[in-house]
Amino acid sequence: MNLQVELLEQNSVQYFKVVGEIDAFTAPVLRERLAAVEDVQGLKAELDLSEVDYMDSTGLGVFVGFYKAVSANGGHVKITGLNKRLNRLFEITGLNDIIDIEQKESEDNNATL
Amino acid sequence: MQHYDYIEIKIPAKAQYVGVARLMISGIASRLGFTYDDIEDLKIASSEAITNAVQHAYSEEEDGEVVVGCALYEERLEIMIADHGTSFDFEETKKHIGPYSDTSDARFLREGGLGLYLMETLMDEVKFHHEEGVTVFMTKYLGRERGEEDVKRTANS
Repeated sequence: MNLQVELLEQNSVQYFKVVGEIDAFTAPVLRERLAAVEDVQGLKAELDLSEVDYMDSTGLGVFVGFYKAVSANGGHVKITGLNKRLNRLFEITGLNDIIDIEQKESEDNNATL
Repeated sequence: MQHYDYIEIKIPAKAQYVGVARLMISGIASRLGFTYDDIEDLKIASSEAITNAVQHAYSEEEDGEVVVGCALYEERLEIMIADHGTSFDFEETKKHIGPYSDTSDARFLREGGLGLYLMETLMDEVKFHHEEGVTVFMTKYLGRERGEEDVKRTANS
């Protein structure tokens, strides 16, 4: 039950690699890490969730908050590496129509988890 | 009365124990033979209910507890989540549940209120009982497919 958030800057894109479980306990850690960059004007951020093995509405709430703040400052957020489960969460909550998301390539046909 | 096995865990109302209860639910669901997807649904739905109890039932200074009880039937799992603290305003919260719509302006996106929606979407039945705190009853049946139609119906109801 742990969460790690790594930040790398690649070609002016703030690339966050999130690893572990996102729930009520770990979401504040994630929120804090993201809040540190969300006020940057025109921020380009990519959140890689390919190694997130559990997430619920607390995680979605953090991403919604981050998306709102970044959009308000003229930036862009992309969420990548979604497995079937995470993708379904974005779908049933309608967030896939709002936030730029991308499924994991290997998740097209079968679940690997 | 139908026979069932009962397993219960009582956790301190603290965020770090939500994951502990979730592991128990996962183990029970696996023992009953739920599919991988159903187990994930059960983990999320029960975590949502437990998180609500942990975050809303007790004030900062109070040392509250949350009880998670599971009734294991042959063809279904019933989960009860109870706190004995002051209840959050369920009716008010319920007004705000539902999926996001693509017409919503980013400024108006809600950051909470999704938990209840997920519980109702991922489980077959969800009931609430209000009396000295909130008790949530959730049921999931084995081998029942909840396709897109169900999701849509729940979303529109």
